[in-house]
Amino acid sequence: MVPTTSPVIETHGLRRQFGEKVAVADLSLTVTAGEVFGFLGPNGAGKTTSLKMLLGLIAPTAGEARVLGAPLGDRRALGRVGFLPEHFRFPEWLTGHELLEFHGRLYGLGRARRRARVDELLERVDLLDAAHRRLRDYSKGMLQRVGLAQALLAEPALVFLDEPTSGLDPLGRLLVRDIIGELRGRGVTVFLNSHLLGEVEATCDRVVFLRQGLTVHELSLSSPEAAGLAVELRLGPHGDDLLAGLARFGTEVAEADGGVRLVVGGEETLPELARWLVERGVPLYEMRCQRKSLEAWFLEVMGEGQRPG
Amino acid sequence: MKASGRGEVMRGLLTIVRITVHEAVRRRILLAALLCGAAFLALYGTGFYFVAREMQHEAAASLLQRRLALNLLVLAGLFAVNFLSVMTAVLLPADALSGEIASGVMQTVASKPVRRSTIVLGKWAAYVLLVGGYLLLLAGGVLAIGRGLGHFTPPAAGAGLALMALECALLVTVVIACGTRFGTITNGVVVLGLHGLAFIGNWVEQIGTFVGNDAARAMGTIASLIMPSESLWQLAASRMQPAVMRELHMSPFSPASVPSPAMIVWAAGYLGIALLLGLRHFRRRAL
Repeated sequence: MVPTTSPVIETHGLRRQFGEKVAVADLSLTVTAGEVFGFLGPNGAGKTTSLKMLLGLIAPTAGEARVLGAPLGDRRALGRVGFLPEHFRFPEWLTGHELLEFHGRLYGLGRARRRARVDELLERVDLLDAAHRRLRDYSKGMLQRVGLAQALLAEPALVFLDEPTSGLDPLGRLLVRDIIGELRGRGVTVFLNSHLLGEVEATCDRVVFLRQGLTVHELSLSSPEAAGLAVELRLGPHGDDLLAGLARFGTEVAEADGGVRLVVGGEETLPELARWLVERGVPLYEMRCQRKSLEAWFLEVMGEGQRPG
Repeated sequence: MKASGRGEVMRGLLTIVRITVHEAVRRRILLAALLCGAAFLALYGTGFYFVAREMQHEAAASLLQRRLALNLLVLAGLFAVNFLSVMTAVLLPADALSGEIASGVMQTVASKPVRRSTIVLGKWAAYVLLVGGYLLLLAGGVLAIGRGLGHFTPPAAGAGLALMALECALLVTVVIACGTRFGTITNGVVVLGLHGLAFIGNWVEQIGTFVGNDAARAMGTIASLIMPSESLWQLAASRMQPAVMRELHMSPFSPASVPSPAMIVWAAGYLGIALLLGLRHFRRRAL
């Protein structure tokens, strides 16, 4: 069992070039045991290449990394890793049951354990009734769910999920969210790569933003920084020095849309802020506050000039 | 390698062999091949029956003439088997690795605790078994028809079949090795092209020998070195006939120039090196 604070993934300057093209420039990150870790970035930022390097599917051009304390591609470590790739592909002539049996064998699971795990997981992803149907007859959501079951066969210590909710309906998404919650409860580390920021926000403890192959920002979703509130004030006439005075309550103070906006640390700041304005005789007509969404963080971190991928 | 490591590798190898054979069965590839093979044997057997019956009534034919005619018939049957097996050896595994790499199926397989070499060796072993089985069934059928209907077995039939099996194994190996590098269609085109080169090279060599042109003969030999598959069939056919038939060039399978037995060593070495290159490339490639 890995101690809860030890790093499960540790990379230093991991880089991958395909000819002249730099897919990942410098990936340096640490993921600790039991964390649900979000890996964010626009299309083409190098997320999938990074993930494939960590799984030993692509060799890095430079840099160092360890997964579960072992060098990249170590088979003993891979036996404790689960992986659901983006656009999960499968031999369509197999049944769901046969697919899981095959992957159980690849993990080297003994017959009894394999059978038990396959049945258990088919039930967990709600595919028991479709277990003996060919995969070619599965819907997109069913394929994604059997792919998820495949990733969990060996009761892994670390699970890589690349866009796990892609193609799933709301019920399927809820199932994935529940399973991630169960994994967290069991102390399993989850490395989640998703475009659905709402999903990430709901499930992850910490996120790292990747831009053009570089880790540009890290955010703990329980930190004061992430918990920050965006406050919008509608004020009456006030002096020019008001903005400077407001800076003591928060950051990013600016005039916008005829009002004033700033980001404060938490709700406890709001009464103080209101008192301060009233004491200075500034008419306060409206105070609206909103938690800063991951989407806002994403847009801010990625900066101007990003184009849809 | 420790015993547990060896056991692990064997388990992985058997898993890949099993899934590959399962695929051939489930996708009805095996069924199609067996039905075509059965149709071929039925047609061949019918033809053989009538020819053998005709010969029995031919009072003027000597025992030697009869034996030579039966030998020719059996070699003709094996020539057809050779053609069918060569096509199967190239087309059946052409999609094995390249298809799974292109579709992404390989990602979930290669991220499991199995060596990449195990994946390649498992696929290779499965296709060698499948194509070898197909060859033995068809060639065995031809020999059984010769034995049953004509009371005739060609000389050195075992050695001949072994050479034909080596030819199929060689082609499967080259296809698997190219599959680690090329896409499915490119793979099929490259290996069939190489075999075609060896086939035409053999004709150039025969004509060169016949007219006494050393340059043409040398070109044929070079083609056989580039791809020794056709030479193995030539060697097999040459062994499965009596010396008199071979020396007097009495049939299309008794050519003017027979490849050197050293070609067997060359083909075996070629197979080994192709497999090693395939293993090496697959170990390094991005998936």
